[in-house]
Amino acid sequence: MHPAPSVIIFTVLSGVGFGFLGALDLGLMPVQGGAALVAFGLAYLLAVAGLVASTFHLGNPQRALRAFTQWRTSWLSREGWASVAALAASAPVALAAAFRPGMMLAGHLPGLIAAAFCVLTILCTSMIYAQLRTVPRWHHWTTPVLFLAFAAAGGAILALPGPVAAAACLVSGGAMLLAFALGDGRFARQGQSPAAATGLGPRVRPFAPPHTSPNYVMREMIHHVGRKHARRLRLIALGLGAGLPALLMLVLPAGLLASALALIPHLAGALAQRWLFFAEAEHVVGHYYGRAADAARGTA
Amino acid sequence: MTALPPPSAKKLGLVIDLDTCVGCQACVTACKGWNDQGYGAPLSDMDAYGSEPCGTFLNRVHSYEVTPDDGPAQIINFPRSCLHCEDAPCVTVCPTGASYKRAEDGIVLVNEDACIGCGLCAWACPYGAREMDAAAGVMKKCTLCVDRIYNENLPEEDRQPACVRTCPTGARHFGDLGDPESAVSRLVADRGGYALMPEMGTRPVNRYLPPRPKDARREASVLAPLLDLQATGFAGWLDRLLERF
Amino acid sequence: MNQPRIDTSPAVSDEVCKTTCYMCACRCGINVHLKSGRVSYIEGNRDHPVNKGVLCAKGASGIMQVTAPSRLRKPLRRVGPRGSGAFEEISWDEALGLAVQWLGPLRATAPEKLAFFTGRDQSQSFTSFWAQNFGTPNYAAHGGFCSVNMAAAGIYTMGGAFWEFGQTDWDRTRLFVMFGVAEDHDSNPIKIGIGKLKARGGRMVCINPVRTGYNAVADDWLGITPGTDGLLILALVHELLMAGRIDLDYLARFTNAPCLIDETEGEEKGLLLRDDLGKPLVIDRATGEPAPYDRPGVRPDLGATWKGCRTVFQHLAERYLSADYAPEAVADRCGIPAGRIRALAAEIARAAFDDPVVIDQPWTDFRGERHEKMVGRPVSFHAMRGISAHSNGFQTARALHVLQILLGAVEVPGGFRFKPPYPKPAHAHPTPHSYFMPGRPLDGPHLGFPQGPEHLALKLDDLTPARIDKGFTWDNPLSAHGLMHMVISNAVAGDPYPIDTLMLYMANMAWNSSMNTAETMAMLTAKDGNGEYRIPRIIYSDAYASEMVAYADLVLPDTTYLERHDCISLLDRPICEADHAADAIRWPVIEPDREVRGFQSVLVDLGGRLGLPGFVTEDGRAKYRDYADYIVNHQRRPGVGPLIGWRGDGGAVGRGAPNPNQLNAYIANGGFFLAEVPEEARFFKPWNRAYQDWAVGMGFYDTPQPYLFQLYCEPMRRFQLAAEGYHERQPPDHLRDRIRATMDPLPIWYPPFGDEGAAGFPLHAITQRPMAMYHSWGSQNAWLRQIHGHNPLYLPTRVWQAQGFADGDWARVTSPSGQITVPVAHMAALNENTVWTWNAIGKRKGAWALDEDAPEATKGFLLNHLIDELLPDRGDGRRWSNSDPITGQAAWFDLRVRVEKCAAPDEAQPVFPPLGSPVPRAGRNRP
Ligand SMILES: Nc1nc2c(c(=O)[nH]1)N[C@H]1C(S)=C(S)[C@@H](COP(=O)(O)OP(=O)(O)OC[C@H]3O[C@@H](n4cnc5c(=O)[nH]c(N)nc54)[C@H](O)[C@@H]3O)O[C@H]1N2
Ligand SMILES: Nc1nc2c(c(=O)[nH]1)N[C@H]1C(S)=C(S)[C@@H](COP(=O)(O)OP(=O)(O)OC[C@H]3O[C@@H](n4cnc5c(=O)[nH]c(N)nc54)[C@H](O)[C@@H]3O)O[C@H]1N2
Ligand code: SF4
Ligand code: SF4
Ligand code: SF4
Ligand code: SF4
Ligand code: SF4
Ligand SMILES: [Mo]
Repeated sequence: MHPAPSVIIFTVLSGVGFGFLGALDLGLMPVQGGAALVAFGLAYLLAVAGLVASTFHLGNPQRALRAFTQWRTSWLSREGWASVAALAASAPVALAAAFRPGMMLAGHLPGLIAAAFCVLTILCTSMIYAQLRTVPRWHHWTTPVLFLAFAAAGGAILALPGPVAAAACLVSGGAMLLAFALGDGRFARQGQSPAAATGLGPRVRPFAPPHTSPNYVMREMIHHVGRKHARRLRLIALGLGAGLPALLMLVLPAGLLASALALIPHLAGALAQRWLFFAEAEHVVGHYYGRAADAARGTA
Repeated sequence: MTALPPPSAKKLGLVIDLDTCVGCQACVTACKGWNDQGYGAPLSDMDAYGSEPCGTFLNRVHSYEVTPDDGPAQIINFPRSCLHCEDAPCVTVCPTGASYKRAEDGIVLVNEDACIGCGLCAWACPYGAREMDAAAGVMKKCTLCVDRIYNENLPEEDRQPACVRTCPTGARHFGDLGDPESAVSRLVADRGGYALMPEMGTRPVNRYLPPRPKDARREASVLAPLLDLQATGFAGWLDRLLERF
Repeated sequence: MNQPRIDTSPAVSDEVCKTTCYMCACRCGINVHLKSGRVSYIEGNRDHPVNKGVLCAKGASGIMQVTAPSRLRKPLRRVGPRGSGAFEEISWDEALGLAVQWLGPLRATAPEKLAFFTGRDQSQSFTSFWAQNFGTPNYAAHGGFCSVNMAAAGIYTMGGAFWEFGQTDWDRTRLFVMFGVAEDHDSNPIKIGIGKLKARGGRMVCINPVRTGYNAVADDWLGITPGTDGLLILALVHELLMAGRIDLDYLARFTNAPCLIDETEGEEKGLLLRDDLGKPLVIDRATGEPAPYDRPGVRPDLGATWKGCRTVFQHLAERYLSADYAPEAVADRCGIPAGRIRALAAEIARAAFDDPVVIDQPWTDFRGERHEKMVGRPVSFHAMRGISAHSNGFQTARALHVLQILLGAVEVPGGFRFKPPYPKPAHAHPTPHSYFMPGRPLDGPHLGFPQGPEHLALKLDDLTPARIDKGFTWDNPLSAHGLMHMVISNAVAGDPYPIDTLMLYMANMAWNSSMNTAETMAMLTAKDGNGEYRIPRIIYSDAYASEMVAYADLVLPDTTYLERHDCISLLDRPICEADHAADAIRWPVIEPDREVRGFQSVLVDLGGRLGLPGFVTEDGRAKYRDYADYIVNHQRRPGVGPLIGWRGDGGAVGRGAPNPNQLNAYIANGGFFLAEVPEEARFFKPWNRAYQDWAVGMGFYDTPQPYLFQLYCEPMRRFQLAAEGYHERQPPDHLRDRIRATMDPLPIWYPPFGDEGAAGFPLHAITQRPMAMYHSWGSQNAWLRQIHGHNPLYLPTRVWQAQGFADGDWARVTSPSGQITVPVAHMAALNENTVWTWNAIGKRKGAWALDEDAPEATKGFLLNHLIDELLPDRGDGRRWSNSDPITGQAAWFDLRVRVEKCAAPDEAQPVFPPLGSPVPRAGRNRP
């Protein structure tokens, strides 16, 4: 799949944002007054920036509100509702923390509900991808696990610097490893093939593409990453996204500085992971284009 | 809307004969021509005269090579457009309800006024049948020429998809695959028509008729010579031949 | 569920205009939909006899042709050096004034110094009429580089060829065998026919080195080695003869098989024995006595010998029964196992004889004999340039017709059928005319069918070629369509003489339609010692910014096909089908938004200004207002004009006085006219009295013209006789042997001339027409160029593996005359000694209003850079043209190459400097 920057930024930022927001809602980082304003503000900023980024890849963003209508069937629509619910439910928690420190909504029922919406948002986001049978690498329980683990790690780095965050980072690393390991070869194992795509038997091969020019489907759904490149990026994703932040969390004294220092590599790693998440995902439509598509685009 | 309607009795779709398609691409440009001025926004062509032209087409014709174990390799031309699936994943993923399957005939359409251009439905389609129009920012797909097949401004015989009407070899057939007695259903039954990627669970309505077996070894049947030319010479051959006359 | 309500009955358009497509010579009927006066949609016309509603990819994207940014906008006068593309726009008055200033003096002093050649223009009876009245012998259309082998072989053998002259009886045939066709001119009818055949469960066998398109849907494919079809066909003939599976009755009645060949030594040897009236003689089986072939009641004897003279049939049988033509003897050369050849022969025999098609329709033949039924052989053949674009193409095409005729499968139900005004035998066609005098029209039509050396186009010295292309000379005596591919090179060489003005019409001679493209461009800009161009003046009419435009001194911009009158005439290249005669028009369904004029109207105008006899009245005034006026009022013979429909008072068909309302009648009736052939006249046309009478009534000829099919082609023998010394016109000595060898009156096979210099070039290289492109001009079409924007060279598995090619690789391709570097791709369904690519996808930078980095120019390529218009130098100081020695047909597919893997260059090689564009840059996106 085409690794579109807007979608990568969207999932990464909203992952950290809602992860952090959820952590704040849960009261994992007790903040009050100005600190609460800053913390919640940051969480909101990240989450909303992510959501805004997601509209950049829309053909008609002015109609984005329509995306709320199909919550009964569409994970994208549900994600919309969940994110609004999470943002809305977190508002009293944040306001309370900032202006009525005595109210202590975080960590209590209202906070728990708001956090649940945050988790739900992440889950919905992940399900947008996990639901797609057309992309076997995504169509798997590892996808929600991966997204939730990243949100947890990001949230923990910001909210709970220290061993807990280190553990969360390692969990996200584990989720990555799991997703890589179980994802590799799933496309092939799923059984779809040019033969099934065309019904023309096992000895079929694309001869000529329908058009010599590229098209939307090819650009959007058929992307090739060189093996070497992918391996390097996986190491970066693991190292920067999970290893380094975990290390920093363990060695640095918990605090703002630690959070900030760990968040930077973590985000970089998350971006790498998300880039790979898209770029390495093979869509079954590729069976129709096969290598001919590469030749047509000169990427072989 | 986004939820699929209960299965309709009428299932309109195409039956494409891979034994007959010569890959002429007529259906491709006829489709482009009709839909450029018909349903919804025009089908744009970006960089139309430049180095990487990229336009929206609702129907594309691939060509595959099949190399059997015995006998020479074959080329099969393979048109591909929306299959109007009964379990259309492109519909259920749509967040806006723009993508829907018509309750009365099963045609899968995009309501362009509601489409935000998120592209999710195209991701959900296994067949690459949806293309986002780069100029209009809305999702485009085969409409089964819904603005032709019922169009009272067209003569009765023209109420069929543009691609079917233009196909010079008659490799494309349009009809009701929900009716087992329809001409298309009978074709499918007679010729062993099949669905693409059934394991994706989309239950396509369109069917493909497989190429007939080719290059049968016919070396066995040969002509019996009139008589041994060497033995009788030309004169003997001529006599035998003209005797029959 | 509330789904959106949509309008399923939108208004389709404001207006529908019915006219004729132009993107190829098929000439389908189209419905042009207009919204607010602009073209909105084009679809096929269901009532039209050619396409019956369907359209091909090109036809259905005609709207992109009409809106292409490459459309020329105003007459152009060259201001920079030739080939630079630097022009100034001028008015039509200036342009026409300039043309008259150039052409007027030529006509008055040396009309032969104008060479007027047209491409696939669809008004050749008109353009040739103009040239004839101008008085130059130097006129021809593209047929010489296209398919004259096919046309001439068909006409000399049976009075019509495949292509536009005839078609398979698609409703009845059961076995269809196709040689060397990718698309052909008859594209939609062939596709409709294949669809019908398949729907009926009929079988289709294709013989072609490449298995795409039609070949891909064939039930059987024989991946023949290029240039060897003649061998394969004669092996089939051998098998059928050996088994006696031929139609003796048909041969005896309708062909020259029973005619006696003079075997006495001397100047008549090998000619047919004739009676005093010149009628070929046969032996009547009833009497055993000689009789003219057409005497009522005569029953010709195929096996007769009379005074030591034997029949054509015996000569023929003796030749092809020879073991030289046995399947085993040809299999290796053809690349087809002997078993498969045998099997094909058997299948053909079974289809032809085991289950004949019978139509309950009595008819009467030319001898007056009545036949109660029409009995036919449901096996049919079709062939095109795969056969004809080789230097042995004429003989190969003849061989195929001989095969059809031996089976009795021509003009019978289920077989191959002619389309009126064919059949028309060679002797009923004109002979070529080339006698010119200052200020006078030529002595007759330029092109025709020589019956012997006396009809060659030689000057009064009986030696020098009269035509600039050396058409109808000893080099290529039966060059019925001229040799367009030799014009530029001969003119520059001044051989046989220099010319002054080259006028070209819709032929991209500076690019894809020339051989040796780079050298051609150099020739077009070559200068003599005085710094003058060797071709002093070039006038060109194109509608678009093609490569050729850049090489013209004066450009006369044409309209697009929806903006002008045209006439698809029976005088020319008909759109008839076997069951009816038909013609059609184009008419301006939209008005041009540029200062362009239909070129035919421009010729009418020039004809008036130059005072050409056919174009001015007695008192010297212009005779026709424009081409529309010409179409209606011109009469070739009294009562016979360009169009057959609605003549006279509107009710006359074929013959009749001009009708001022004729064009309106065409427009009101869908743009075409159709005259049904009567039921009784539909088959056996060359011999069918009812057909012959109908044809005379229609004005095709003035008296019935029944004739025999020419298994034995006597005119060819006359050329051989001359080469043997028996004619007052004698060939030059260097050509004697070649004429004796190649002009055999019974089909032969010889290796294509390209094989001569082929050591070190093991592969055959050929091109195919893409179905979705028309030569060079599809690339300006925004839709079509996305389908074919560049072209790989396809390599067979053997070559692919031997050199370890991988997807995305490039190769250096070398021929005896040139080298290119191009992208390659693998294809298994390909003859193992053949490489191929799509024709005319490669474009010169700067042309066609495309960006300079368009894939057509950076990855697309032409094979033409590798093809020389001359054969490799034989060291005899002569220029041997790369053509069929009989017809002069350009031998495009004789090309031999070597392929070597190489590093990918930035762009396909060779690269030429960009042309200046005569039109503004195109906008980026559409719409
Ligand atoms: N779409 C489209 N239609 C066209 C045209 C076009 O440009 N585009 N051009 C028009 C014109 S001008 C012409 S002349 C016609 C030509 O129509 P075609 O005759 O169809 O012309 P080509 O594409 O040259 O096809 C030649 C075929 O012969 C095969 N071939 C080559 N060598 C041999 C051989 O030795 N033996 C055999 N058996 N086969 C061989 C090639 O593989 C190819 O399939 O098409 C006309 N129609
Ligand atoms: N390698 C290789 N080369 C070949 C062949 C091959 O098989 N292989 N085939 C040969 C054959 S058979 C042919 S026929 C030639 C064809 O070659 P060309 O006859 O050169 O064909 P086109 O490229 O179509 O060029 C025709 C020109 O007509 C112009 N034109 C289009 N419409 C109009 C119009 O309405 N009015 C006017 N005035 N001009 C118009 C186009 O812009 C174009 O410049 O190519 C030959 N070249
Ligand atoms: S129009 Fe018909 S024959 Fe041509 S590509 Fe389409 S389906 Fe195939
Ligand atoms: S083919 Fe694709 S777009 Fe069409 S209904 Fe099926 S899933 Fe949807
Ligand atoms: S692109 Fe349009 S139709 Fe497709 S899912 Fe998004 S909103 Fe729905
Ligand atoms: S049915 Fe209509 S929209 Fe669909 S492919 Fe055919 S022409 Fe295009
Ligand atoms: S075959 Fe195609 S290009 Fe040729 S006349 Fe017909 S529709 Fe036009
Ligand atoms: Mo041609």
